[in-house]
Amino acid sequence: MEEPSLYTVKAVFILDNDGNRLLSKYYDPELYPSMKEQKNFELNVFNKTHKADNEIAFLEGMTIVYKSSIDLFFYVVGSAQENELMLMAVLNCLFESVSQMLRKNVEKRTLLDNMDGVFLVVDEIIDGGVILESDPQQVIEKVNYRVRDCVEEQISLCNELTVFVSCV
Amino acid sequence: MIKKFDKKDEESGSGSNPFQHLEKSAVLQEARIFNETPINPRRCLHILTKIIYLLNQGEHFGTTEATEAFFAMTRLFQSNDQTLRRMCYLTIKEMANISEDVIIVTSSLTKDMTGKEDVYRGPAIRALCRITDTTMLQAIERYMKQAIVDKVPSVSSSALVSSLHMVKMSFDVVKRWVNEAQEAASSDNIMVQYHALGLLYHLRKNDRLAVTKMLNKFTKSGLKSPFAYCMMIRIASKLLEETEGGHDSPLFDFIESCLRNKHEMVVYEAASAIVHMPNCTARELAPAVSVLQLFCSSPKAALRYAAVRTLNKVAMKHPSAVTACNLDLENLITDSNRSIATLAITTLLKTGSESSVDRLMKQISSFVSEISDEFKVVVVQAISALCQKYPRKHSVMMNFLSNMLRDDGGFEYKRAIVDCIISIIEENPESKETGLAHLCEFIEDCEHTVLATKILHLLGKEGPRTPTPSKYIRFIFNRVVLESEAVRAAAVSALAKFGAQNDDLLPSVLVLMKRCMMDSDDEVRDRATFYMNVLQQKQKALNAAYIFNGLSVSVPGLEKSLHQYTLEPSEKPFDMKTVPLATAPITEQKTEIAPVATSKLPEKLAPSRQDIYQEQLAAIPEFKGLGPLFKSSEPVQLTEAETEYVVRCIKHTFANHMIFQFDCTNTLNDQLLQRVLVQMEPSEAYEVLNYVPAPSLPYSQPSSCYSLVRLPEDDPTAVSCTFSCTMKYLVRDCDPNTGEPDDDGYDDEYVLEDLEVTVADHIQKVLKPNFGAAWDEIGDDNEKEETFALATVRTLDEAVNNIISFLGMQPCERSDKVPENKNSHVLFLAGVFRGGHDVLVRARLALADGVTMQVTVRSTDENVVDVILASVG
Repeated sequence: MEEPSLYTVKAVFILDNDGNRLLSKYYDPELYPSMKEQKNFELNVFNKTHKADNEIAFLEGMTIVYKSSIDLFFYVVGSAQENELMLMAVLNCLFESVSQMLRKNVEKRTLLDNMDGVFLVVDEIIDGGVILESDPQQVIEKVNYRVRDCVEEQISLCNELTVFVSCV
Repeated sequence: MIKKFDKKDEESGSGSNPFQHLEKSAVLQEARIFNETPINPRRCLHILTKIIYLLNQGEHFGTTEATEAFFAMTRLFQSNDQTLRRMCYLTIKEMANISEDVIIVTSSLTKDMTGKEDVYRGPAIRALCRITDTTMLQAIERYMKQAIVDKVPSVSSSALVSSLHMVKMSFDVVKRWVNEAQEAASSDNIMVQYHALGLLYHLRKNDRLAVTKMLNKFTKSGLKSPFAYCMMIRIASKLLEETEGGHDSPLFDFIESCLRNKHEMVVYEAASAIVHMPNCTARELAPAVSVLQLFCSSPKAALRYAAVRTLNKVAMKHPSAVTACNLDLENLITDSNRSIATLAITTLLKTGSESSVDRLMKQISSFVSEISDEFKVVVVQAISALCQKYPRKHSVMMNFLSNMLRDDGGFEYKRAIVDCIISIIEENPESKETGLAHLCEFIEDCEHTVLATKILHLLGKEGPRTPTPSKYIRFIFNRVVLESEAVRAAAVSALAKFGAQNDDLLPSVLVLMKRCMMDSDDEVRDRATFYMNVLQQKQKALNAAYIFNGLSVSVPGLEKSLHQYTLEPSEKPFDMKTVPLATAPITEQKTEIAPVATSKLPEKLAPSRQDIYQEQLAAIPEFKGLGPLFKSSEPVQLTEAETEYVVRCIKHTFANHMIFQFDCTNTLNDQLLQRVLVQMEPSEAYEVLNYVPAPSLPYSQPSSCYSLVRLPEDDPTAVSCTFSCTMKYLVRDCDPNTGEPDDDGYDDEYVLEDLEVTVADHIQKVLKPNFGAAWDEIGDDNEKEETFALATVRTLDEAVNNIISFLGMQPCERSDKVPENKNSHVLFLAGVFRGGHDVLVRARLALADGVTMQVTVRSTDENVVDVILASVG
């Protein structure tokens, strides 16, 4: 029996519609240690999953849950013994967070234009294989990505207010 | 640069990748603007993103260039742009292993971690812990403790998860934070609860009592996080498994109560935990099965998949428990997710009736080419189980399997098919010839050495006994011409068996052997030369001993004995009888149906249980000079379950002695036992020579004591004996919390159940693949025969099982399986008696009123024959 642990996610990756890697994180150093093995695995997964949107697959001894949107494919990988619904919770959180951040434009070009935000979203959801957060609302708040312009507006608004108050 | 990229992107349309043609050197060149004042957050952010993107693509950064970029990046901490700062943290984590001197950012990160900006604090902690080692960890220990109990959930979670990552490296430091983690566990935030629980478990997992207490506390207080519930279910089932706790335990109740949780994730985890428990009864399974049944009609594919996969597991052991779900499973066989459809069909194959088999098989054939190898293996396993259940369907299955064997597929898949065909052949004699023909066809074009040798071995075993053995020779000899060394060697061994069994084939086999003696590989030549010489003698006994029934010794044991022999120069030839026998012959046992995906690891030749005991006993000075360990029994319980002390005994038999190993466990947390031994009073002329006590037996840490007994030499037939056993020890009371014992103690004793030594303890199982040949080899010099009436036995099956377990011998030629609707049966048993005497038993059974049994015993030693007959009577 496996040792109970918080290390739920073995890997997560986002591929484009040709199976190219856009973002990918492997959390278990024993699983595909080399870049070549990782890319082979990703390609194998892509070939077996991109035709039908089946949500879940079992390949190379791994449970893989996935979701696609226009020209993007999101994957979350866990061990064969892992609770499939926990992996789904991670996938849903990842997809929802990205979708909210990109204002529902979940497609390759928008994603790449906001790649820094996507990196940060993944970082807030999974830390070293542990699920850090599963609520997309929380993730968006923590990443605080699109709000940058608003903050500047607030600051300028604040300044104007100060000026206004001092005038009075 | 940026402008240039933007322009190119516009030209090539909206779908292109702005990072596609990134050059590492160009990006590093750009990174110089990090040093410009004032910092331009937008441009710097873009460059950091490019660096991380390149790292993510697997671009290699040299230490110097990485360090240079890293140091430039540290300047960006001066900017207050939030996203830029967050990207700095990411860069630090990504570069922690590539760049040198990353600890330069420690103070910046410590500042952010304790600062006022809550958005920085969590990520800063995680980045800091990524670059920290044990010594530095002590420096920030104070901050970590504060962060764990911080009221901002993201800070607390970050600190807890980072601590968890560092348990591996700095267990002793992190251990000191237990109280903080405990406090965090009662947080209102569900993720903090979950992370705190995970950390607490990792810190305490070696202390079963502490884990139990923690679990009790949390099950009562009721955590809110579904993730935490899943974790608790896993911990609870692990505890149940370790303590072999009954299903009336509160832990089981807890898991069962989770079946009514409002989160599907938790319900599924609980159902899955119950299904995976060993020895679950149908009644205990029922609630788990019914929630899985509900999930089968869920609109979520992952949930349907999870449910049907788990039901498939249940169906392996308890098909009747799943029959209630047959209707729901029928609806899934056309599921667009082929994995779900396959699992549903294979489950139905296990639970459905014989009449539905043809229909389901047709359904599978329609999409078997679409599914992945992993699921093809599941299909094959289902077929294998089906063949055992409905032997009459074997021709349908055999056809299906041979088609699958022709398709493309990986090793695991092919192996599963071959194993399945082999097991069908063994179960159904009438399918033997078709099966062998399919396998012959397969090895004509088989890239897997392991499978080819396995099939050749089978052909050698079964082929000579078919009506037309000559037709297999061609397939076998083709291998000698075409294949690798290992396959050629296996082919030579198979050929030899044909020559030994069939006199009319012998001349042709000898001609082929002669050609093999010119092989380029030495192993092939050696085998050919050896078999050639044995076959030319034309003696049945030689053939039996050297061609049909190989060595039955343990390979590690043989290696050790030979090594020992070379160390001590001696005139005496090496005696094979001093080598311990191989235990548990696995070749003729049914291949266990492995669950999906556990077969990823290659099989290793692990030392057997007996080899381990041999090592352990040899390390005890009192037991020197007893010779090799002959047999170790299965453990016998000498106490009832859930008593103060739990004692079980393993009987180790040597040539003239027995060692009794008592594994004792003290279940009282307020006692420390010392000088524990088990005093034994024999009923017969057995003599207790020596006791080796266990020096100390603290609470819940098992320890062993031993007794050495000499077997009666003057009466070799005295094989059975009853010992009355008493455990004697010194008790020292101790504080249940600290384990600190009192200074003085008192002697006490505890009466155990009687221990029986029976004839089975003197016989080691040995598998003779060709029983007839072995029977002729021993000859009838010491043959004796007697007839017994077993009045109390009602069926042949029962009689066969009784004899096997009573004598402790190995059934051969699958004679332990009584065909249905027969009223007579012959059972063949083989073994080696203590001292190295081969012994074979043939028992003819006839069912009338009760069972009549005619037992014929042959052995190389007359006494052994008497012992067996006397004990059967």
